[in-house]
Amino acid sequence: MSEMKIVSGNYASAYGAKLSRAEVVAAYPITPQTEVVEKIASLVAEGEMDAEFIKVESEHSAMAASIAASNTGARAYTATSAHGLALMHELLMWASGARLPIVMTNINRAMGPPWSVWADHHDTLAQKGTGQLQFFCENNQEVLDSVIMAYKICEDEEIMLPGMIVEDAFILSHTKEPVEIYDQELVDDFLPPYDPDYKLDVDQPLGFGSLGMPDWYMDFRYKIFEAMEKVPDKVEEVNKEFEEVFGRDPGGLIEEYKTDGVDVLIVTMGSISSTSKDVIDELREEGHNIGLARLRTFRPFPVEKFRELIKGVNVVGVLDRNYTFGHGGDAAREIKDAIYGYHDPIVKDYIVGLGGRDLTPKILKNIMEDAISLQDKGLDEEIEWVDLKINQERWRR
Amino acid sequence: MVLLNMIEIRFHGRGGQGSVIASELLARAAFAEGKDVQSFPMYGVERRGAPVTAFTRVDENVVRDKSKIHTPDIVIVLDMALLDSVDVTEGLKPDGKVILNTGKPPEDIDLGIDNPKYTVDASEIAVKHGLGSKVAPIVNTAILGAVVKATGIVDIDTLVEVIREHAPAKKEENAKAAKEAYEKVRGE
Repeated sequence: MSEMKIVSGNYASAYGAKLSRAEVVAAYPITPQTEVVEKIASLVAEGEMDAEFIKVESEHSAMAASIAASNTGARAYTATSAHGLALMHELLMWASGARLPIVMTNINRAMGPPWSVWADHHDTLAQKGTGQLQFFCENNQEVLDSVIMAYKICEDEEIMLPGMIVEDAFILSHTKEPVEIYDQELVDDFLPPYDPDYKLDVDQPLGFGSLGMPDWYMDFRYKIFEAMEKVPDKVEEVNKEFEEVFGRDPGGLIEEYKTDGVDVLIVTMGSISSTSKDVIDELREEGHNIGLARLRTFRPFPVEKFRELIKGVNVVGVLDRNYTFGHGGDAAREIKDAIYGYHDPIVKDYIVGLGGRDLTPKILKNIMEDAISLQDKGLDEEIEWVDLKINQERWRR
Repeated sequence: MVLLNMIEIRFHGRGGQGSVIASELLARAAFAEGKDVQSFPMYGVERRGAPVTAFTRVDENVVRDKSKIHTPDIVIVLDMALLDSVDVTEGLKPDGKVILNTGKPPEDIDLGIDNPKYTVDASEIAVKHGLGSKVAPIVNTAILGAVVKATGIVDIDTLVEVIREHAPAKKEENAKAAKEAYEKVRGE
């Protein structure tokens, strides 16, 4: 029987791995991810989860062990955060190059210095080029749902790539809310065991990770490109199937919240989206034609979907909980790239909530009203930092 | 109790008093009564004795707000010494209630505001039931009993049942502490 439990985002991740019957879990603790590892360790110790739990000495080793496990044909899971993810960087690319569908949870946390343990998307987005699929979650239920779905997407024989479930530090990881923990049989019907065509097997020895000469390497990369191109359809397909089985729509590539025929479109990622929906409702009641697109799948970037969604929109206001050094936030930049040559709305990038700075409904409303005002006055600033000490008066009024 | 709007609750305590567990138990009780809930700590550098803040949201509708609680309906103070260093009533709604852990009657407490105040000696009740020590009593379940009486946010029987199921240790003692504080709270 499925059961409603009050659990944190961290426990939702752990239950997601358990329900997915992850067979090998190698992880190293880091705030705010520690509870994921603790919970899995205790589930394994109590015999509730049939998995090999490997204690490792670093995140680099956690991903290395996951790679080895996945190479033997085992379903592998790990979790980390911020500096831990950065330490994994080399092996994130190995996992994708080796076409290993390892699923991990990354608890979004700001990179130091200054030292911080709070929510910020920079850690995840800095890994956007590593070949990992990236799914940003809005609430704890979606965290659990996304772990299960990620295995189904990543292990598809046309995809065979690793994936990351992304949840905001503390706002999800340590916040407890009701989550439906599904019946194991239901999950088993949805997610078949992992059974790759090629694996490490002493009876049938094969070589893995060998040299790719210049006349071959590029073609292997093209294969990954082809797989990535297939991911958007696969995400929507698995999302639909998930909805049929579990009666819940996690949002696919982009969750469209009241977006039909809107003049102003707000784009959010992660937990900000949840608070933003309350604000969207308020503004619509006040007569504004505004809607919200929650960017759930950041990798691969849902280019086609944005082209459809932004057709006829006057202003796109993008809330980036990241500043990836260079020029503004990642989501706004990718959206502009996606719609170039197709549509020409005003696109404004709002840098928000870095290092866990709180995003209240009031601040979000001020941002959205600013986006609405651009329809008349035109684009003032391409990139604006919101709620800094130097401009707090404006955004908190 | 009929909830028309979301109820936001803020706990002020010290590491070791059980503020975070209290925010969670209250959420569980409201959830058991069919409400949507959210419970979260203000995470900083938690350690025994340091000021801790925890939050609970309760609503008839889905709780979508994931920001911190800035304008609480209910403020709960587990340690009176915090009044010297923390502005516990910051942002409290004009009709918001304050529940304090003290042996003094409410009229003897000056918070500089006119909001309704309730007091209970949760430390004494906790010690009596063997929860923590005299120097460091674990007062979370006792104060919750007082909160339930003062606010009617959930039924006392629901709270007691939730404590019996989810208190990390000494379940029966915690349940008794909550019931005793429910009877002994003073104010309004």
